[in-house]
Amino acid sequence: MAIDTAVRRNEAPPRKRRRYRGFAHSVWWFVLPAAALYVFAVVYPSVRGSLFAFTNWDGISQDPKWVGLDQFARIWSDPNGLTSVKNTLLIAFAVTVVQNVAGLLIALAVNSRIKSRDVLRVLIFAPVVITSIAVGFLWQNLFTPDGGINEALEAVGLGALRQNWLGDPDIAIWSIMVVVFWQFVGYSMVIFLAGLQGIPEEIIEAAAIDGAGPIRRFWAIVRPLLAPSITINVMLSLIGGLKLFDQVFIMTQGGPGGATNTISTLIYSNAFSLGRFGYAAALAVVLSIFVAVASIIQYRLLALQER
Amino acid sequence: MNRYTWRTAILEGSMVLVGLLFLFPIYVLVILSLKAPGDQSAKLAPPLQPTLQNFSDAWQQGGLGGALMNSFIVTVVTVALTVVLAAAAAYPLSRLGTRWSRFTYLGFLAGLLLPAQLALLPLYQTIRDLGLLGTLAGVIIVNVGGGMPFSIFLYAGFMRALPAEYEEAAAVDGAHAFRTFWAVVFPLVQPITGTVIILTAVATWNDFLTPLLYLSGSDQQTITVAVYGFVGQYGAQWNLIFAGIIISILPILIAYFFMQKYIVQGFAGGLKG
Repeated sequence: MAIDTAVRRNEAPPRKRRRYRGFAHSVWWFVLPAAALYVFAVVYPSVRGSLFAFTNWDGISQDPKWVGLDQFARIWSDPNGLTSVKNTLLIAFAVTVVQNVAGLLIALAVNSRIKSRDVLRVLIFAPVVITSIAVGFLWQNLFTPDGGINEALEAVGLGALRQNWLGDPDIAIWSIMVVVFWQFVGYSMVIFLAGLQGIPEEIIEAAAIDGAGPIRRFWAIVRPLLAPSITINVMLSLIGGLKLFDQVFIMTQGGPGGATNTISTLIYSNAFSLGRFGYAAALAVVLSIFVAVASIIQYRLLALQER
Repeated sequence: MNRYTWRTAILEGSMVLVGLLFLFPIYVLVILSLKAPGDQSAKLAPPLQPTLQNFSDAWQQGGLGGALMNSFIVTVVTVALTVVLAAAAAYPLSRLGTRWSRFTYLGFLAGLLLPAQLALLPLYQTIRDLGLLGTLAGVIIVNVGGGMPFSIFLYAGFMRALPAEYEEAAAVDGAHAFRTFWAVVFPLVQPITGTVIILTAVATWNDFLTPLLYLSGSDQQTITVAVYGFVGQYGAQWNLIFAGIIISILPILIAYFFMQKYIVQGFAGGLKG
């Protein structure tokens, strides 16, 4: 950027100067509206939110007390708090692994010569554009004890696998992950597809002629070239998993018995039902730290790849 | 490699199976919505006498027409403001090499690290104190402000790769910075504008938490909040609920099937930044 400007300045000094002076005068008018809305909707409330985390504010009283790190300590003593942190990390991790492995396999399959590939692409991506509310209610019905999943298991002779999918505290969290997977694996597929289509056919054919089998071709040629797609996909599913709210809120409200709370659903219930603003803010700060750590790792990885 | 072998056939078979598994929830959604409450057909079988009664009931009882209109207004205004404001802000930030412009750009990028949950409570109070609770304007302001980091990130990345010659020519011809931006730069960044429009539109139309917070309890509801309230009201009448759900997702599905190529490109392309 800096070099760019310097070079151009050397080429045609008088013209350049006139243009940049005009530019510099009006520059902040270009940025101001965006910056004002951004500060109003993100920066200012985020800073205030972080400060609430160190108080015992209930959302109504006029003089919240400064309580230091008490609200953070409470996360570890509150069984719901601990479960929500565990669930959030579990969901983020499991969804990331399964969604990316499956997304890559599906992308490879629909990038092959099968005749149904166009239909499959459209079909598998479709849930991505559907609102989570619709997806949540649909699956809530499918998961009821006499709902579609159990009926279908019965129909194919697997009736022994019938479960109370959302009512059993040990199973509910996995059921939610199935829904997240169904909804978003198409997103991973599309990003991998874009990556795959950027790989020149000739390289792969050359390797095939040299005697590399399909697995070798994938591991030695396709995988390294897909690295940016992998990083982006991992990032998206990791952050999406960490922030998961809609599907849980619709299907279980964090139940049964708090077994499926995520940090986001616990923030909502503490802030808007229980009036524990300070505690909710502390949970939000913890969530922000998770997201920031994930983002920074991702940024580093991308920078490494681009070198 | 280019032939359709028996291996390809096996792959084809298993992928069709995967496709059917993916389709299953949608199939249940559609058949349930077409069944009358007393329908005697087996649970997973298509209805014996399909009816559209659920759809007209859901439409009237859920006030879905008004909610669709509100969602439409919120989405269009959010997208328009996001595109114009983000493109305008990204332009000088990607062209000026000064310390202030870099600092401002990083300030916007920091927003990518902050989950909306952190700003949730204080922002809710501010919106309430400004008297914007229950108004579409409140939701639009929150959407546009929150969308700035990602959209500016996309625009700035694209504009950096754009040669400055056209702008220089315009400046030589005496165009002001504003005119140069609007008549020269903005048309040139059209591809990334497409991406921003698609990502913002889908996210806004489907958003639940923001309209739930700012609109619930008022008579101004977006389609997601209306469906949520509708389910709360009609509890176990799944036939009716599913008809309502189909109405709520139909506009975006229709858009998806007609602009499939662009939408998929938008999702895949937005992330190369």
